[in-house]
Amino acid sequence: MIRSFFSRAVSTLLLFAGAAVILLPFVWMLSLAFKPRDEIFSSRVQLLPSRLEWNNFVVALTETDVPLFLWNGFVVVGGILAFQILFAVPCSYALAQRRFRGRTFVFGLVLAALLVPFHVTAIPIFLGFAKAGILNSYGALILPFVPTAFGIFLFRQFFSQLPPDLFDAARVDGLSETAIVWRIAFPLALPAATAFAIFSITAHWNDLFWPLIATTDPHLATPPRGILYFRDQESGDDVGPLMAAALIITAPLVIAFLLAQRKFTQGLAAGGLKG
Amino acid sequence: MRRLSIARREALTDLWLAGPATTVMLLFVFVPVVIVAVLSFTDYQFGAGSFAWIGLDNYARLFGSTLGQRAIANTLTYVAIVIPLSVGFGLAVALGLHRMMAWAPWLSHTLRTIYFLPVAATLVAMSVAWQMVLHPSLGVVNQTLASLGGTPQDWLSDRGLVLYTLAAIGIWQTVGYNMVLFLAGLVAIPPELYDAADVDGAGHGWSRFSTVTWPMLGPTTLFVLVVTATNAFRVFETVATLTRGGPAFASDTLVYALYREGFVYFKAGYASAITMVFFAFLLVLTLAQFRIVEKRVHYR
Repeated sequence: MIRSFFSRAVSTLLLFAGAAVILLPFVWMLSLAFKPRDEIFSSRVQLLPSRLEWNNFVVALTETDVPLFLWNGFVVVGGILAFQILFAVPCSYALAQRRFRGRTFVFGLVLAALLVPFHVTAIPIFLGFAKAGILNSYGALILPFVPTAFGIFLFRQFFSQLPPDLFDAARVDGLSETAIVWRIAFPLALPAATAFAIFSITAHWNDLFWPLIATTDPHLATPPRGILYFRDQESGDDVGPLMAAALIITAPLVIAFLLAQRKFTQGLAAGGLKG
Repeated sequence: MRRLSIARREALTDLWLAGPATTVMLLFVFVPVVIVAVLSFTDYQFGAGSFAWIGLDNYARLFGSTLGQRAIANTLTYVAIVIPLSVGFGLAVALGLHRMMAWAPWLSHTLRTIYFLPVAATLVAMSVAWQMVLHPSLGVVNQTLASLGGTPQDWLSDRGLVLYTLAAIGIWQTVGYNMVLFLAGLVAIPPELYDAADVDGAGHGWSRFSTVTWPMLGPTTLFVLVVTATNAFRVFETVATLTRGGPAFASDTLVYALYREGFVYFKAGYASAITMVFFAFLLVLTLAQFRIVEKRVHYR
C-alpha cells in the first residue's frame, strides 16, 4: 500500500515536471506578450507580468500585417481543403464502389504517391510555376496540394465499407453518379472528412517550406511566413508585439484543438499513416 | 447522351469521377519526381537557358564535400537523438497517464491535453517563442541558470550545442504525438492478460511491464519508431526559423540544404541531387512503415 502510494507520487511528480517543460514556451510566450517593455528587458527571472500590457496586441494587430497574414492563411488553407475534397471524393468513390478498367492502375498511383514527400516535388513545381508566371499568387500556394493521395486513400477506405446496395438503390431512384457522390456518399463520409480536414488544415496552416519558396511578396505571406517577416524586420526591440503576433497566429489551431480534442487527436494520428 | 452505348456511358462516368484526381496527381507528383531525378544528373540553374549532363557529379559533390557530408551527418545525428528520446518519453508518459486513469482520470486527461499541445500548435510561431526562451540574456533558461549559479549558454549560436538544442525542440514537439499512439496501444491490451500475469506472480511493476505490456506494445512501438524517424528526417521549420543552418553550417540538414541550394542559390541540379538522397532515405523508411501497418493488429 505504502509502496504503491510512493510510486504513484513519484510518477505524478515526473509527469508534472514533463508537462512543465512542454508548457514552458507557451507560458513564456504568453508572459512576454502581456509584459510591459521594461519588464521584458529586465534580467531578473519573472514569469508573471506586473500588469497586463494589452498594447502589445494592439500594435501587432494595427501596426503590422498580422491580420493580413491570418487572412492569407484562411484563403490558402480553405482553398487547399476545398479543392482536395472536390478532386479526392469522386475519385475515391469510383475506386471503392465502381468497377472500371484502370482501377488497379489508379489505386497503384495513389499508393505510390503516398511514398512521395512534398519536398521531393518542390523544385520541378517551382520551375513550372516560374515558366507559367504564376509564382507569387494564391494559386501558387494552393495548386501543388490539390492532389492528395492520403485523402483519396482515406476516403476510399471509408467508402469501401459502405454496402453497394445503398448506391444501387440510389441509381434505381434515378440519381446520377455525380449526385450519388455528393448527396449520398459524401454526407455519410463526414467522420472521415472531419479527420481529413483537421489533418489538412493543421498541415497547411503550419507549413513554412512551400510559402518560403513560392512567394516573395510579403502581402501573400501565410501566418508562419508572415511572422518571420515580422521578426526579421524588428531589430530585437518589439519583442512584446512579436510574441503577441506569435500567440495570435498559433491561437486558432490551439483553441480548435482544445474544443475538439478527440477529433483532433484522431485526425492528426491518422496523418501519421501518410508517407 | 442517348446515342452512346451503356458501356461507353459508364466509361465516361468513370473518367469524369476518377480522371481529374488522377490527372492532378500525375501533374504534381509523378511528372515532378521524374523531372527532379533527371535534373539531378545536370548542372541546371534556375533561369539558365541551357544545361549540361554531368553524370553523377552532383552526387559526388554531396557525398564528397565537407558541406554535403555535414548536412547528411547533421541530419543523421538529429534523427539518432530524436528517435530514442521522443519514443522513450512518449512511452513513459503514456504508461504514467494510463496508470493515472485509474485513480485520477481528470488529471490524466488534462496532462494528456498539455502533452499534445505542441503537436497542434504552429511550429514556426513556437520556434519564435523558443528563441525567446533560449535568448542569451533575456531568456528564461539562461536567467534561471544564472540565478542558480550556472553558466549561461548560447543555445542557438554555439556550434557544439545548436544541433542538440534543435533536437530537444524536435523531441518537445513530437512526444505528445507518440504518447497518443502508445495510449491507443495500451488501451487495447486485454485486461485478462494482466489477470493471467497476476496468477503467475508477475502482477507488479517491472515483471508486469516486461511480460505483458511491452510484448503487446510491440507493433505500436515499431510503428511509432518509423513515424518518428520519417518526421525527424524532414526537419526544416525549426532550422529555417532559428538557425538557417548556422552557425557555420553546424545545424545544416538535408531539407534545409535542399532549400538553400535550390531556392536561395538557384542551383537546381545540385539541389535535385540532395532531393534524391533525401527521397531515398525516406523511401526506405516509408516502405518499412507500410509493411508494419499491413501487419499491424488494428487497435483503433
